[in-house]
Amino acid sequence: MNTPHHIRTPLAQVRGYGAAKSGTGDFWVQRVTAVASIPLTIAAVVIMIILLGRNQPAAAQILGSAPVAIIMLLFVATITIHMRVGMQVIIEDYVHDELARLALIIANNFFVVIVGLTAVYGLLKLSFGL
Amino acid sequence: MAQFALPKNSKITEGKTWPRPTSAKAEREYRIYRWNPDDGRNPRIDTYTVDTGDCGPMVLDGLIWIKNNIDATLTFRRSCREGVCGSCSMNIDGVNTLACTKAMSDIKGPIRIYPLPHMPVVKDLVPDLTNFYAQHASVEPWLQTVSPTPRKEWKQSHEDRQRLDGLYECILCACCSTACPSYWWNSDRFLGPAALLQARRWIVDSRDEATGERLDNLEDPFRLYRCHTIMNCTKACPKHLNPAKAIAEIKRALVERQV
Repeated sequence: MNTPHHIRTPLAQVRGYGAAKSGTGDFWVQRVTAVASIPLTIAAVVIMIILLGRNQPAAAQILGSAPVAIIMLLFVATITIHMRVGMQVIIEDYVHDELARLALIIANNFFVVIVGLTAVYGLLKLSFGL
Repeated sequence: MAQFALPKNSKITEGKTWPRPTSAKAEREYRIYRWNPDDGRNPRIDTYTVDTGDCGPMVLDGLIWIKNNIDATLTFRRSCREGVCGSCSMNIDGVNTLACTKAMSDIKGPIRIYPLPHMPVVKDLVPDLTNFYAQHASVEPWLQTVSPTPRKEWKQSHEDRQRLDGLYECILCACCSTACPSYWWNSDRFLGPAALLQARRWIVDSRDEATGERLDNLEDPFRLYRCHTIMNCTKACPKHLNPAKAIAEIKRALVERQV
């Protein structure tokens, strides 16, 4: 039998570093963005159907109207925030190696910021007709 | 990564088919997981035939009959034989439950029995519950107060006492925690439904004065928030308790104190 490298009581292992005193924020944000994304997704799909088959100036004109642009911006913000929290949960569930988990969580944050900002930039550019 | 396949030395092989009892009026086939830490062999499934005319109607009765009449080396935990002690929890016919309260007649075909899933096995149907018990201890399942101890009892209204119903009855059989995928992947950090049900039992107790500290100790992405409301716990509980609801109520309390 191998000699154990660490001898700790089972309770010491469970208590570990103690509770992180966080997680409720992400839990709440996930719920709020889930609720918000129901009407926003429906609205965004309707807008995208309206945009189908139109040329660039026509699409830019529709997206240039304030209500449409604001709905699309809210949709992008809600979906990307929800995506960030959701993907982080999946990483925390399945990736147990500390370094890999940290790297993936960082990558997830970068990915979401890039996707979100790109979409927002595109929408603003179109809606301001630049 | 979470491990989805069994390691090589845990792969289950076909085991021994034990001789059928002579002169049995009614028979039932048991297919039971066997593993002995001392023989260096892989786990195997042994097949036994139980004389159901010579034993009680429950799955545990059959196991005890096998141990008494066919194979004394078959190892399992049991004590009260009436669903109170929580010792004989095992995976029967694909479901975590108590062997003493599961009737043989409720199962079609051979009775397949494995130890509780995703736990280290001590021998045969005996899982190592050390971590599970430590997690229960970590929620400090006892009354904590700051006020001076009253000369008689800590008083509790009838209504407040009723709030403990559905929480205090847990017998710590571990059927719920070992049915939970989140617990399978992260049992080192996720407390699991059984410990969280007990945490809720003390959070909701009107006499307890450590509610805030209890919530502090649970507020953690792993200890509590690995629960994704899969509900296997509630489905598995042989005492018909609802750990998933208890956990949801803990999450709600944490949101309430922030929002």
